[in-house]
Amino acid sequence: MKIIVCVKRVPDSESRVNAAADRKSIDTQGVKFVLNPYDEFAIEEALRLKEAAGDGSVTVMTLGGDDSKETLRSALAMGADEAVLLKGQTSIDGLGTAEKLAEGIRGREYDLILFGKQAIDDDNLQVPAMVAELLELPCATVVVELQVADGRATAKREVEGGHEVVEFALPGVVAAQKGLNEPRYASLKGIMMAKKKPLEEVDVGDAESRLELIEVTNPPERSAGEIVGEGPEAVPELVRKLREQAKVL
Amino acid sequence: MSILAFAEHRGGTLRQAALETVTAARRVADALGDDVIAVLLGPDGLAKEAERLGRFGADRVLLGKSDAFVEYAPEAFTILLADLIRERGVRAALLPASAQGKDLAPRVAARLGAGLASDVTQIDVKEGRLQAIRPAYAGKVFLRLGFKSEPALISVRSRAYTAEENPREPELEEIPVNVGADVFRTKVRGAAEAKKERPDVAEAEIIVSGGRGLQSPENWKLLEELADALGPGVALGASRAVVDAGWRPHSEQVGQTGKVVAPPLYFAVGISGAIQHLAGMRTAKCIVAVNKDPDAPIFKTADYGIVGDLFEVVPRLTEEIRKLRAGD
Ligand SMILES: Cc1cc2nc3c(=O)[nH]c(=O)nc-3n(C[C@H](O)[C@H](O)[C@H](O)COP(=O)(O)OP(=O)(O)OC[C@H]3O[C@@H](n4cnc5c(N)ncnc54)[C@H](O)[C@@H]3O)c2cc1C
Ligand SMILES: Nc1ncnc2c1ncn2[C@@H]1O[C@H](COP(=O)(O)O)[C@@H](O)[C@H]1O
Repeated sequence: MKIIVCVKRVPDSESRVNAAADRKSIDTQGVKFVLNPYDEFAIEEALRLKEAAGDGSVTVMTLGGDDSKETLRSALAMGADEAVLLKGQTSIDGLGTAEKLAEGIRGREYDLILFGKQAIDDDNLQVPAMVAELLELPCATVVVELQVADGRATAKREVEGGHEVVEFALPGVVAAQKGLNEPRYASLKGIMMAKKKPLEEVDVGDAESRLELIEVTNPPERSAGEIVGEGPEAVPELVRKLREQAKVL
Repeated sequence: MSILAFAEHRGGTLRQAALETVTAARRVADALGDDVIAVLLGPDGLAKEAERLGRFGADRVLLGKSDAFVEYAPEAFTILLADLIRERGVRAALLPASAQGKDLAPRVAARLGAGLASDVTQIDVKEGRLQAIRPAYAGKVFLRLGFKSEPALISVRSRAYTAEENPREPELEEIPVNVGADVFRTKVRGAAEAKKERPDVAEAEIIVSGGRGLQSPENWKLLEELADALGPGVALGASRAVVDAGWRPHSEQVGQTGKVVAPPLYFAVGISGAIQHLAGMRTAKCIVAVNKDPDAPIFKTADYGIVGDLFEVVPRLTEEIRKLRAGD
């Protein structure tokens, strides 16, 4: 099993990001960056598939700047075999990034390309299906269960109020949703070994953005609400306010 | 020119998201003097639903019929939609940001080489050009985006637009579905599901969410009773802490790594209000918090709060709501 996993460097979900003063960009000062949490599910799945197959390799790939090397090292520390940094800027919409990744993937050998379902910075949910379309591969997104056998994949994907089952012949694309597995932590040995694993760098140039960022704003502050009262005695007043003031009942 | 709306259905019945998408398309079209084309891809017997699309503002409904379209057919839908967008003078194509729309829209964008704005909450027309507003970083910031490529592709967040009647007599047109069997790279089946009466959190009118304060999964009975008293269309939600503990399914999780919701009314019961939870529900119109800790961060975001033991407050709330509903 040869597997490619596309990963992205994103701000930690705990971090406070804000519109920058010029309202043209996002202020990520002092923010801690991590491997996109959904991509951890993708890496874990790749490692398990490789382990189950008994042979193969897991290659992690990212489009980003030099600081994305740290993200690739975290993936190597989890157990991936090699990493590829496509050096260039990501696009605002998913397509430019998908084009660079598709280019980076073409010519490599793979049975499966894994993604996270969503990058928690742009929240685009675009790149995996776009890469699939560009490479003319079958694809299942938002996947919570994956089985691979005899050159075929069966993926269970989340839809409103239930699931869909998607079947296809390999090679193909799968985007991981939470629930797919429980990602392992990098061991100390893994972290040490990661430093010695191959990390290939390719200058690919900046991705094209088909969207233009006009303005970034912070969401309207919710004014701290009102404490209606304490204990069950406050309930009738709450219900009255919901009905008469907020008009939501 | 035209604004295209993709009308998603399930089992031959339009989804609420389809009506919201047509409503959004109608508004954009009116601002630009365009007309609205709705596209319905499915098996036989959808003519009635086509009429309904007219009621919500479609000038023309394109019907693509195939027995292969009982379930979602990603590759075929992509080809058909991309072709229609190219051939019909489409300025913008709107899809629901549903499970299906989120899978389909990026494929169409890639096929057309066009920019896609996902999960959009508001579409503006400024000097004849479209702008889309969407949350990013789990709602911590909002982006106003312009389109540098044509057509503009947009997926519209559930509930961002309220479906609104705007009746017209739509022209029905059957479009040929000539996609060969070779385009189907995947086979999609709807999995059998346990019967479920409650809507998904992403689509509900009211959400009653519970957190670790409930202490055990059995205590969800309290929230179910409250939800039942509030009426149909009420979903149960959960914090990640209780999903991780296995008390509730992940499909109910609200927040940064769960679902992002914006219902008219949201109850947060025994939920502390961590930043990742707030990211998922802060755009709800009205938030009510019940928590025994007066310093719980949730009270900074809630519109109304009751400080108290949920095991006393919630049953009383259920009782008062029942009284209210009985009097309606
Ligand atoms: C990468 C990442 C992603 C995350 N994504 C999400 C996400 O999507 N959604 C999410 O919810 N969280 C998410 N979290 C977790 C989040 O940080 C919090 O840990 C979680 O939301 C806490 O859940 P809780 O409010 O139920 O539990 P707690 O924080 O333990 O709060 C329980 C609350 O119940 C109150 N309480 C206790 N007993 C009673 C009683 N008898 N009556 C009334 N009140 C009572 C307490 O005062 C307390 O405020 C994420 C975390 C990380 C690191
Ligand atoms: N710059 C990037 N480099 C590598 N993979 C990426 C990049 N951006 C997005 N991805 C992958 O695509 C998934 C979905 O991202 P998005 O479409 O941006 O929400 C992520 O979870 C990653 O697996």
